[in-house]
Amino acid sequence: MRQPITRLALGAAGLFATAFAALAQVNPTANSVQEGALMEALQSGQSVTGRISIPDSGASVLIDPSGRTWASLHTGTLQWITIIAVLGMLALLVAFYLYRGRVRVEAGFSGRKILRFNIIDRFAHWLLATTFIILALTGLNLILGRALLLPLIGEGAFGTLSAWGKIAHNYLAWPFMAALIMVFVLWVAHNIPNRLDLEWIKQAGGLLQKNVHPPARKFNAGQKIIFWSVIIGGALLSWTGIMLLFPGEAGPGTGWQFYQVIHAVVSAVMVAIILAHIYIGSLGMEGAFDAMGNGEVDENWAREHHSLWVEEKLGRDAAKSPPPRARATPAE
Amino acid sequence: MARMKFLCDADRCIECNACVTACKNEHEVPWGINRRRVVTINDGLPGERSVSMACMHCTDAPCAAVCPVACFYTTDDAVVLHNKDTCIGCGYCSYACPFGAPQYPQMANFGTRGKMDKCTYCSGGPEADLSTAEYQKYGANRLAEGKLPLCAEMCSTKALLAGDGDIIAEIYRERVVTRGYGSGAWGWRTAYGDTVNV
Repeated sequence: MRQPITRLALGAAGLFATAFAALAQVNPTANSVQEGALMEALQSGQSVTGRISIPDSGASVLIDPSGRTWASLHTGTLQWITIIAVLGMLALLVAFYLYRGRVRVEAGFSGRKILRFNIIDRFAHWLLATTFIILALTGLNLILGRALLLPLIGEGAFGTLSAWGKIAHNYLAWPFMAALIMVFVLWVAHNIPNRLDLEWIKQAGGLLQKNVHPPARKFNAGQKIIFWSVIIGGALLSWTGIMLLFPGEAGPGTGWQFYQVIHAVVSAVMVAIILAHIYIGSLGMEGAFDAMGNGEVDENWAREHHSLWVEEKLGRDAAKSPPPRARATPAE
Repeated sequence: MARMKFLCDADRCIECNACVTACKNEHEVPWGINRRRVVTINDGLPGERSVSMACMHCTDAPCAAVCPVACFYTTDDAVVLHNKDTCIGCGYCSYACPFGAPQYPQMANFGTRGKMDKCTYCSGGPEADLSTAEYQKYGANRLAEGKLPLCAEMCSTKALLAGDGDIIAEIYRERVVTRGYGSGAWGWRTAYGDTVNV
């Protein structure tokens, strides 16, 4: 629109007057912007952007068709991934329970307790666990609540619940990240994979048969898998979560949508893994919960699942205790 | 019932921003929120065009699809509205919207998003028509008074058209035929899946 005015002004200056007058006669459609042409020229993830006079540079994006792509991904694929992950793991756990039943302490409880996790270990684990559960439930609510919960409790109650859920999700993310760092620092030394883990995996940890107890130190291969899943998955969730909390950091274009998809997929996988972890740490295995509860496990439980750790621990305690009764130090 | 749409004739828009101002004034929209804005494409270059853009009230609105609390609804006039009592300010709609329509007041703790605000096509919200509660949350309800959106009604060059989609498409088509050119119905393909063929 400004072009002809500029031309007229120049024309009034008398320079090339006739040439500009001729130009002004040209059909403006010859060089006008066609929306269709702009849209066709877009690469994926690009948007039609111009200049804007209000002080909000983000508003200069006129049309960003990628929003619809993310919308269909969010309402279709991501929901199915979540449903399959949760229900699939629950089905696996039910099948495992039907096949194996509760994993018992085969030698029976000895009545002697060994300290497995001190107060700092337990604090970190409980902080990580409680924040994860709340984050998982409030997160699942964002993906599935509309389909599952909304019809049950109505729009008003569901809106209020989800609003609190959003606040909880945003703020509990920080203690979750703190606990994740604590757990990493406290336990990483015990979670370096070694040759024992191969043997443990070969025997499926003795989970599928009775009276099979592959040797393990403080953490067996199964626990190491959980540990590294939690550390890697938790780090991914933390990183993408921070990007979602501070969308300015995610960058323009489809940055936010990209992080949201990663966040949702990793969450679904983590929920499935943690479901299995919670099951085997509580209902699924006799004596296992004590490690998280008061930190002291039964000696016979420990001998069955962490034989080398028990040897090491009792050896060290014996060495420390005042009556120096001769006891061979177990080989490392 | 009509199928309400917006159509901005970019060959007429002079980027005066009167639609933006009218909207802010009519609905007493707070600071930092613009339900409507004017974007200039190819600024300063040959073929520069300005387009006034707000919520296009899409067919199969993606905002409504992604909303985790289902706070959106479509009126009989095909206007996409939302319920601020249900909205949790998660921001999903703004990432699904192709037009940057959803706006958020920064009012929660640490400046996080408050409840979403967007163009209502001057037709309020779920509260009773023309009630005080409706005005405070959503602004004026001109449709209930038998009027069209103010941005289009007061556009000085009649670039911005509002009304039944078929009627405004016909007006635009006549203009294009008469003057011999037109840059197209901006946003229509993305919002409604079709465009105005001339």
